[in-house]
Amino acid sequence: MANAETLAPGISADTARLKAIAEAVFIPAAALVISAILFSLFLLALGKSPAQYFELVWRGGFGTFFSFQNTLQRAAPLILCGLAFAIPAVIGLTMIGAEGSLVLGGFAAAAVAVPLVSAEAPVALTMVLMIVVAMAAGAAWNALAGWLRHARGVNETISTLLLTYIAIAIMNFFVEGLLRDPASANKPSTMPIGKDYMVGPLPGMDVHWGLAAGIILAVLLQILMSRTTFGFAARVTGGNPRAALAQGLPVGALIVLCAAIAGACAGLAGYFEVAAIHGQANASLVAGYGFTGILVSFLARHKPVIIVPVAIMFGAIEASGGLVQRRMDMPDATALVLQGIIFIVLLASETMHGRLAIFQPKAEVERT
Amino acid sequence: MSGAELIAILTAILGGAIRVSTPFMFVALGETLTEKSGRINLGLEGNLVLGAMVAYGVSYETGSPWLGVLAAGFSGVLLGLMHGIICSLPRVNDIAVGLAMMSLGVGLAFFFGKPYIQPSAPRLQSLPLGEWASTPALRQALEINPLFFAGILAAGIMWWAFANTRAGLVVRMTGDSEPAARAMGVNPIMVRIIATALGGFLAGVGGAFLSLSYPGSWNEGLSSGQGLMAVALVIFARWNPLRCILAALLFGAAGAIGPALQSVGISQGYYFFNAAPYILTLFIMITSARSSSSAREAPGELSIVK
Repeated sequence: MANAETLAPGISADTARLKAIAEAVFIPAAALVISAILFSLFLLALGKSPAQYFELVWRGGFGTFFSFQNTLQRAAPLILCGLAFAIPAVIGLTMIGAEGSLVLGGFAAAAVAVPLVSAEAPVALTMVLMIVVAMAAGAAWNALAGWLRHARGVNETISTLLLTYIAIAIMNFFVEGLLRDPASANKPSTMPIGKDYMVGPLPGMDVHWGLAAGIILAVLLQILMSRTTFGFAARVTGGNPRAALAQGLPVGALIVLCAAIAGACAGLAGYFEVAAIHGQANASLVAGYGFTGILVSFLARHKPVIIVPVAIMFGAIEASGGLVQRRMDMPDATALVLQGIIFIVLLASETMHGRLAIFQPKAEVERT
Repeated sequence: MSGAELIAILTAILGGAIRVSTPFMFVALGETLTEKSGRINLGLEGNLVLGAMVAYGVSYETGSPWLGVLAAGFSGVLLGLMHGIICSLPRVNDIAVGLAMMSLGVGLAFFFGKPYIQPSAPRLQSLPLGEWASTPALRQALEINPLFFAGILAAGIMWWAFANTRAGLVVRMTGDSEPAARAMGVNPIMVRIIATALGGFLAGVGGAFLSLSYPGSWNEGLSSGQGLMAVALVIFARWNPLRCILAALLFGAAGAIGPALQSVGISQGYYFFNAAPYILTLFIMITSARSSSSAREAPGELSIVK
């Protein structure tokens, strides 16, 4: 930045852009450091060693190929749920219903698999149908909230929260009733889809295909949101809905589409939870990935490709939980406390955007 | 279904509604107070769970459940203060901060609550108001915890204070129009921080009910999202403390239908009753979102109704 003053006036737009990127990286990074310091103080107050904690997280999350795979496995749903928050955030919506779309998508996939599996339908066909149904269910559920927002002015945060509870109730209703596998005595579940119809691991790894799906979707959505007319229109709407309307942009369609994309991502996460992890739909689907995804998206500043490394970081914190529990005699809720601190510091740091002089292009433009 | 069975079901629902509604009532009142000042706190689930843990822990350590209730309230004040102060920074999203406070509150509760899962702490005694009743079922349904009445009292006081006191007027004015509050020399940031802290107190007390009365123990699955539902309850009650009682009883009754039906051998299909309050709230939001009557009832500065 120091040599910016010597640049020709025409370059200052690039400088401004660089400064904007530097700000977008520096502030969340500083928030992470401050969170780590606060969490260290928390540990010190309890007589535990922060150095040991972070060393264990590193070892438990990335230390061996086995632990890294465990990290990636947990990161997969976080990537998809992060995307489910990020896409509506671009258009200015705070949609917190990823959990509901995930549950409904996973349940729909398991439900559609029941007749197909018992009829011994072709594996490829069954898988495709399960994926389509899961994404469609998640998309429709979230799009409903988007449509209510646009058509009726219903606040999308509250409606997605309510829809999440309704989705969980719908799953419970069927899982404990019509679609219950009689063999699942203690934990009511749908019929297992069977090993043949489950999704295998990625080649050479022990991580399921959900990770690849998440990364591919993140890249595609990054291109969609930053390089296409659709993405541009969505960003304009997010920045100033009234201006977007005045420009004749189809605001309603944009909102519903963004909500549907988000729901489809979460629904796909639900599909992988069913088809790669549990093999059936039951209460285990309600695991809080949807809510952690919100934090992931905020830390990535709602940028799809950045969500991938951030999700992996949180995957590592969760994957190392067992190791921390054994070595430091701390409960698995330790990860929750750390996540809560990061989330709060990060949100508080939002207030610094546009306020740190060294990231502001204005002073330089005046000088050049 | 015979008449006796129907009466049994209705008695069970009545008892269940009274038991289940108390935490709903406290979080709804807390949320009403915060929202009346023009801010939304989505993090009351954190206050509720942390309150439940603190109440249980303090009751176990000191032997006094009422001290536990008080401590739970103060843990709620701390979380509320944090929420209030962070949201006062410019350009900070109050909805997201609520979610963050929820993770922190729940995380702290699980972290420090681990040693209290096993031991048995003294509980709050319920008042046996059903001595006169002839059936044991009705007698059991009328075993009512004092906190239930404390909640009704709090609702009454809040309703009266909003209408008749200077403090109530200041809170309502801050919630309806920040410029008006400033013009009157009121500091809206201070009002909102205090309103969020007091709202947090009420939610913490609601948590104490969970661990010290019903279900009456501390474990990590104690809350079934009552705190998250506070926002829905308040919309349902249209920001009126007295209607919060009604909303809480209704949400409680909906939750009690399942176990009541189970007690007479119907064990399927009641999940739709659990979802009924949420569907009803969504329906209320849809029908009232753009009507003029809701515009009068909802605080004007509230981000969710703008």
